[in-house]
Amino acid sequence: MKVSVALTVNRETIEASVEPRTNLADLLREQLRLTATHLGCEQGVCGACTVLIDGEPARSCLVLAASLDGADIRTLEGMADDPIMQVIKRAFHQEHGLQCGFCTPGMLISSWDILKRNPKRDAREIRVEMSGNLCRCTGYQGIVRSIVRAGQELSSGVSAIGAI
Amino acid sequence: MKPAAFSYHRAASIDDAVNVLASAGGMARALAGGQSLMPMLNLRLAPLEILVDLGYLAELRQCAEQVNSVRYGTLVTHAAFEDRRVPDASNGLMPHVATRIAYRAVRNRGTIGGSIALADPAADWLPTLIALRAEITLAGPRGRRTVAVPDFVVGAYTTALQDDELIEAITVPRQSKSEKWGYYKVAPKAGEYAKSLAIVLLNVPGGSACVILGAVDGAPLRLPATALAALDGADEAALARATRAELMASGRDFSGIKLTLHTTTVVRAIMDARAK
Repeated sequence: MKVSVALTVNRETIEASVEPRTNLADLLREQLRLTATHLGCEQGVCGACTVLIDGEPARSCLVLAASLDGADIRTLEGMADDPIMQVIKRAFHQEHGLQCGFCTPGMLISSWDILKRNPKRDAREIRVEMSGNLCRCTGYQGIVRSIVRAGQELSSGVSAIGAI
Repeated sequence: MKPAAFSYHRAASIDDAVNVLASAGGMARALAGGQSLMPMLNLRLAPLEILVDLGYLAELRQCAEQVNSVRYGTLVTHAAFEDRRVPDASNGLMPHVATRIAYRAVRNRGTIGGSIALADPAADWLPTLIALRAEITLAGPRGRRTVAVPDFVVGAYTTALQDDELIEAITVPRQSKSEKWGYYKVAPKAGEYAKSLAIVLLNVPGGSACVILGAVDGAPLRLPATALAALDGADEAALARATRAELMASGRDFSGIKLTLHTTTVVRAIMDARAK
């Protein structure tokens, strides 16, 4: 029997009818056609499907849509205007933070969270915090460089950003 | 992979959840944060007919400060401990342990109650809660019962939790201010389960010590003789001898490399406590 849920996705109220076993990633990709969220391992290891649930990063492959009634979801599509995300995306572009791009949406959302909580992080701390996001192209040097750069920009221009 | 089909029940109250668990003949499971159960369902490792979602029960997320203890609701997340959004009864040990569980995206949803209900032998909370002398409150069709953590863990993935019961809360006694804690975890892959994990509580002025070793086959292992040696001020070499001897006499089957690994972990956890 299907389950009815009402949730907010990228500031839009969505009412959906889902099978109990439907995870959030499949709801986003297949019903809502929000395909920035990628599914890699489907067991919580790779981090490609990371989205924000109530403002906090979570694995959308490990959360059932049925359990998200009333939740506030943000995917990469809904963060295009976010000032922190714009700084991070630019840094990924400048520092070669992606190769094939499959892991990138998860990388960007995890980066957004760690820099939002504390933009002043060194490369070692960033490596620890990002250890839950895998890049199969092994482009970690560029990814870490990108986040370091974004963190520097964000912490030097806190008043200009205003959203931290 | 995707899970096999199951039906879903959004629990409206603890009693409602217990009733559904009790009527399902062992084929129901309670969903807390889902950070272990969901991978198991996705991999089709856990047979399931009905999933009972506890996530909407706000009372299971609450904490209560008591004079001598803190009572944590079963749905308190690892991230809530990490960020100290809940009161700490452990002089900082529980926040420290939480910080080292998996990854932030998992810690945001994974819960202390869900972790101990699964009783993965390599997970962090069970050895921590044994060291802290915590008690677990279980809710079932016959009412509430409280069990000490060592009586709760029967072995690997095996607990005293009955099919029709759920974990309601975990109560941790406030630890003495003169007590120092030590923690050492060997996890070669960041965020993965531990290969070895030791928790040490050392209260030299109070004359008490406790050493718990996790990530062993079966339930976490208490090492009282090693704890006494730690209290007596034994040096590293003597501590290593005491640990190895106690592990060999424990009745568990350790390979040579595991003996060395666990001995190193225990000694480093003791030194960590002494350095505080």
